[in-house]
Amino acid sequence: MNNIVELIEITKSYRRGSEIISVLRDINLSIPQGEFLAIMGPSGSGKSTLLNLIAGIDRPDSGRIIVSGIDITTLSEDELARWRAFHVGFIFQFYNLIPVLTAFENVELPLLLTGLSKGERREHAITALKIVGLEHRLNHYPSQLSGGEQQRVAIARAIVTDPSIIVADEPTGDLDKYSAEQVLDLLAGLNSQFNKTIIMVTHDPRAAAKAKTIRHLDKGILNATRETSF
Amino acid sequence: MTPLVIYNLRNIRTRRLTSLLTGLGMAFVVFVFSSVMMMAEGLERALVDTGSYDNVIVIRRAAQAEVQSTIPRNEASIVETLPWIEKDIDGRNLSERELVVLISLLKKDGSPSNVVIRGTGEKSLSIRRQVRLKEGRMPRPGSTEIAAGTSIKKGFQGLEPGSRLRFALREWTVVGIFDAGNTAFSSEIWADIDSLMQAFRRPVYSSLVFKLRDPEDFSFVKRAIETDPRLSLEAKREIDFYKEQSEVMARFLRILGSSFSIVFSLGAIIGAMITMYAQVSNRIQEIGTLRVLGFQKRDILMSFLLESVMLSLAGGIAGLIFSSFLQFYTVSTLNWQTFSELAFRFRLTPGIVLKSLVFSIIMGIAGGILPALRASRLNIVNALRTG
Amino acid sequence: MLLVKLLFRNAFRQRLRSILTIAATTIAILAFGFLRTIVDAWYSGVEASSPKRLVTRNAISLTTPLPISYKDKIKKVRGVSLVSYGNWFGGIYISEKNFIPNFAVEPASYLELYPEYVLSAEEKKAFLQDRKGCIAGRKVAEEFKWRIGDTIVLKGTIFPGEWEFTLRGIYRGLRPTTDETQLFFHFDYLNERLKKIYPQRADHVGFFLIGIDDPRRAAEISLEIDSLFKNSLAETLTETEKAFQLGFVAMTEAILITIKLISYVIIIIILAIVANTMSMNVRERLSEYAVMKTMGFSWPHISVLVFGESLVITTTGAVSGMILTFPAAKIFVDAMGTLLPVFNITEKTLILDFIISIAVGISAGLLPAWKAINVPVQRALTKIG
Repeated sequence: MNNIVELIEITKSYRRGSEIISVLRDINLSIPQGEFLAIMGPSGSGKSTLLNLIAGIDRPDSGRIIVSGIDITTLSEDELARWRAFHVGFIFQFYNLIPVLTAFENVELPLLLTGLSKGERREHAITALKIVGLEHRLNHYPSQLSGGEQQRVAIARAIVTDPSIIVADEPTGDLDKYSAEQVLDLLAGLNSQFNKTIIMVTHDPRAAAKAKTIRHLDKGILNATRETSF
Repeated sequence: MTPLVIYNLRNIRTRRLTSLLTGLGMAFVVFVFSSVMMMAEGLERALVDTGSYDNVIVIRRAAQAEVQSTIPRNEASIVETLPWIEKDIDGRNLSERELVVLISLLKKDGSPSNVVIRGTGEKSLSIRRQVRLKEGRMPRPGSTEIAAGTSIKKGFQGLEPGSRLRFALREWTVVGIFDAGNTAFSSEIWADIDSLMQAFRRPVYSSLVFKLRDPEDFSFVKRAIETDPRLSLEAKREIDFYKEQSEVMARFLRILGSSFSIVFSLGAIIGAMITMYAQVSNRIQEIGTLRVLGFQKRDILMSFLLESVMLSLAGGIAGLIFSSFLQFYTVSTLNWQTFSELAFRFRLTPGIVLKSLVFSIIMGIAGGILPALRASRLNIVNALRTG
Repeated sequence: MLLVKLLFRNAFRQRLRSILTIAATTIAILAFGFLRTIVDAWYSGVEASSPKRLVTRNAISLTTPLPISYKDKIKKVRGVSLVSYGNWFGGIYISEKNFIPNFAVEPASYLELYPEYVLSAEEKKAFLQDRKGCIAGRKVAEEFKWRIGDTIVLKGTIFPGEWEFTLRGIYRGLRPTTDETQLFFHFDYLNERLKKIYPQRADHVGFFLIGIDDPRRAAEISLEIDSLFKNSLAETLTETEKAFQLGFVAMTEAILITIKLISYVIIIIILAIVANTMSMNVRERLSEYAVMKTMGFSWPHISVLVFGESLVITTTGAVSGMILTFPAAKIFVDAMGTLLPVFNITEKTLILDFIISIAVGISAGLLPAWKAINVPVQRALTKIG
């Protein structure tokens, strides 16, 4: 199978005062194209760190991270930023939309880095918002949207550049049950219909259940692979 | 004192950059305010110190300065017969006829300015206690010798003892330096009256100065001189005469200083308002908590007002510290009223310190009051829910 | 365009704070423009001077007179086209508070030398014919509500006594820099009276004003005039009108420097205020910048956002300050009356206003921009707001 993400011998530790805390130890992980992976684990298990490494917003102490054939650990800060613009869509727990921009403008924002024309940008953004079912909310500001709607706008923003991978950090952590369901179905749909590779960190078993694969991270060590029925 | 002082101090310290920038704005306003006031004060003080309470200066009526005044010999003689003039041990009048002319000399930076040359007699020194010989000697009667005041020697070229100066077709030798402290005399050059009158072909005097036997006799002197039909002169207490000479410039400086301080302070007040509004909105939850703990609206109001005043007062003190260094600095400029050079120092007085501090407290209150009111009026429940 | 839109919206996100900051900038620019204009007013005599005019005065100082007989000698110097002369009279109108510069001049040659004092033909004729006549500038006449034909009495300070004149004309300035606050009367009127009361002071003038044909020969002609009177009782000092006026300015340099320094202090004050606003704005939005970084935006974009926001605030304040300078100056000039002969807001002042607002905007954005650029991307994972 064609692996889109390959983590080789990844270690990462943090310094807290004089103490060095080891977060990830010799992690090896391959994620095939079209995967919907849920990473579970208790707080402090290092799952968010792992996600940040894959998304290129943090760097490992040692090891290599290969995404779509590129070793991102060798990229400079600026190269990494450009790489993220084309390859990664990030979904946050608290949606993190820019409050002064409308839903449409929030989705359009990452397209500024792509060199598309204004018309093309508009087209892409509206398509993304249609996919998440919010084409009727284009000119609403985040404060005028519900939590679930805000997260769907955030998903539209993550997919609008057609990235290689979508990473989601506790995407349902701040949502009620019904909205969480909607968001998860949306992610699952993106995976099944558009064959998007999705990597999601969660500690909610119901969320993890929507994924194809679940992996547990505990004390910096990855174990137990389980295919879920879908 | 409200129990929240420590809380306010901690907050100021936590938001270091913001507090620093806000205080800096205040500090510069107070700096402008105090330094211009110090300049006006220094100018005034220099001229007030120049005059003595028990000295009388007689000039032509309506002349505003000695350069403009002319006193014929016969009128001078009439004045010298007045009975209220102090006598020296030899029984001579402690009075002196003097001539004031302006000459253009080059400053050390090369630009020309007008300097007072005063034709003096042997008693000129004893009439003015504040003038002391510092180096060399005073000009001898009938000689082309001159003595320079300390400020003039410092600010202008070629006034070292022994050097020569050429004006009015003669060579004049600097034979002495006199120190008149921080007064206008320090900005003068003194020469012998008779030589000076000959050199300038001036048949009349500029002024007549004498010491009173009893300082309270001034009103008799004034009446006697100003009602005598043979005289077209007027008498002034020396102290008032010199004070008047600082009026225009000191007033100009005070108006300039206070009007611009007020305008600038609007800026600083707005700065404090911005900071305090931000403090209030950052601490809405804390305010709610404090209210739950039992602090009253008044305590919250006072607490934020106090925080703003602490900032502005700190700024004010910093501004005063900057401006106090100006005291070591001497300004030399042309006095518009006498048209001659005058050197003076910036002077920091307790009055200026007090005014500056009051000014900064007012800025703090003005900047803090609206945000403090907003903080005190927050609804407790809503405040707690925010975050 | 979206980035520009975003930076504009950011600038007004904290509306009260932004409005206050803009208001503070407006006040600062207004004050700065005013102080610069006061400094310009100081130099107005220099600005109004003509390269074709020289001033000759006694080398000892301005207060020492020259014999009137010098006139004929000066006239013979090659290149001199016209010689006028006069005296600073220093008379007081009613009270010392009324500041009116007044001069006794030889009227016909003086008006010829100063074409910028514009009089109608009738006014000019009436003034030249009346030995006791005088003319005054438009501003003084307005201030004291003088009409042509009024009798004006000045109290002499240098030349004792009461002096009566009849107002024969009100002159207007040819250019905005022309001083319209002065009063001129016949030198002969002064001289004849002096001959009676102070014969030794008669036939002396304070200055000669010399018209020359070729400004390039100014230095040469000046030297030639001064050499005529070398080693005489009254040696002369001749310089161009501009140098003469600059000499005046230099004498009160200390005050001028003070005003200039004050005008820079207001810039520091406003810099502190804008920097404070920007640092608060950026600090509150750090996680948004982090989110943008996860999307792949990097330092150029974030710099545009932060500096753009800062510049929006300062330039808005500057433009409103510049606009307000005009009505404010009008009020100020009306209040000051003749104390301020010339008070014109120059193009240079406005350009300087604008440059300052840009400089303040950029300096105020430096530290916040650095912070925003260096925010750790992980910060994006915390809640916005």
